[in-house]
Amino acid sequence: MSETVADVSALIIQTLLANPKVPRDISGGSKIVEDLAFDSLAVMNFVMEIEDSLDVSVPLDRLADIRTIDDLANCIVSLKQGG
Amino acid sequence: MSIFSKYEPLARSLAAVTDGGGRNPFAVVIDRPISSTVGVIEGRETLLFGTNNYLGLSQSEAAIEAAIDTLRTHGVGTTGSRIANGTQGLHRQLEERIAAFFRRRHCMVFSTGYQANLGMISALAGKDDYLLLDADSHASIYDGSRLSQAQVIRFRHNDADDLHKRLRRLDGTPGAKLIVVEGIYSMMGDVVPMAEFAAVKRETGAWLLADEAHSVGVMGEHGRGVAESCGVEKDVDFVVGTFSKSLGTVGGYCVSDEDGLDLIRLCSRPYMFTASLPPDVIAATMAALSELEQRPELRHRLMDNARRLHAGLNAIGLRTGPQASPVVSVVLDEIDQAVRFWNRLLDLGVYVNLSLPPATPDQRPLLRTSVMATHDAAQIDQAIEIFAIVARELGLGH
Repeated sequence: MSETVADVSALIIQTLLANPKVPRDISGGSKIVEDLAFDSLAVMNFVMEIEDSLDVSVPLDRLADIRTIDDLANCIVSLKQGG
Repeated sequence: MSIFSKYEPLARSLAAVTDGGGRNPFAVVIDRPISSTVGVIEGRETLLFGTNNYLGLSQSEAAIEAAIDTLRTHGVGTTGSRIANGTQGLHRQLEERIAAFFRRRHCMVFSTGYQANLGMISALAGKDDYLLLDADSHASIYDGSRLSQAQVIRFRHNDADDLHKRLRRLDGTPGAKLIVVEGIYSMMGDVVPMAEFAAVKRETGAWLLADEAHSVGVMGEHGRGVAESCGVEKDVDFVVGTFSKSLGTVGGYCVSDEDGLDLIRLCSRPYMFTASLPPDVIAATMAALSELEQRPELRHRLMDNARRLHAGLNAIGLRTGPQASPVVSVVLDEIDQAVRFWNRLLDLGVYVNLSLPPATPDQRPLLRTSVMATHDAAQIDQAIEIFAIVARELGLGH
């Protein structure tokens, strides 16, 4: 199975919207910390949910470079392609 | 722009806690101890239920005498690191004592427990290795993982199946895999299912490091921690611990049967570039360890006290963790509720820890208590009664 960045981004948004505290108008360009008001722990816990959906592990050091939902989607697609 | 401007959100969070005249929970001063269980705070004798002094050994007469004697013979400090400025005979004696206690071949001591995790994890895991950390790991473990430059993967708290799944994803990747768990988790007091993690370690060929900071002196027939109580000490490659909880002093250590441990002395920066433990602390620690070994009744009394407090807080309708352990935390929903609760407890003479997200699991605030072997039943009952009074004032509990 090979997900595209758009597929993964859509899945991330869908997962986020299951949380009632998340603003309804998020998009791929939304910043995870600033726009979603997630603290460091909330980001790590949310990424864990995505990891399970996509059967991938995102090392914590990769999270440091991720600002937006699309950044996270790009990172996951790259990890799934062995990068 | 001020160099502190990035901390404005932090300043606002602190102001929210202290608005309305509440105390700064991170600046409580215990003016002096009366005993291991009572201290003077704001001029009043206050019951101490938040010091991690599980066996009460910070006030051990034997440890105090040993420290005084050693101060007179050895002086007050070592003035340098062991690598640069020399190891003292006392450092070696302490390492031999700790290794013998754990029945391990090697021991390295560090100047604090924080540095023991930082120093071991950063040196064991190189940049081509993988660290697998429990999601609720202590900050010292997360910080050690950052210093290591290894690939860091979190698994769900206390979930050995989740760890197994994440190790499976790494099948075929080069590099060592080091699993890190804690014996008792410091926020909720929950105990690791160590046998389940040992089984995953055996099956996958990973290495296992257990931080038994809160469980040594507390769990196991001889007080060696959760690995001992679960009968899986052989599966734990590295045990990290601290002197600053059940042993009542300060410092940290790692024990192992791996001969490679000696090499870590030459590549662990938190070991190499800091002053070594001073002589009086070493002497007091060894005396406290003898007391821990010779007085198993302290552990039994500690667990009896933990069960009494855990049951008492549940009986008045407060929510705690699922099992009685020396850390008993009351879980609340809102930060302002927790702040008011904590302030009133201190007004009425009980000191506990206010733990706030993101340092807590599940984003909930905690009133974290730690129990001691030296608490008597009346002190525990008094603390429960004061919790009940405050819970009623705030419309919580029964």
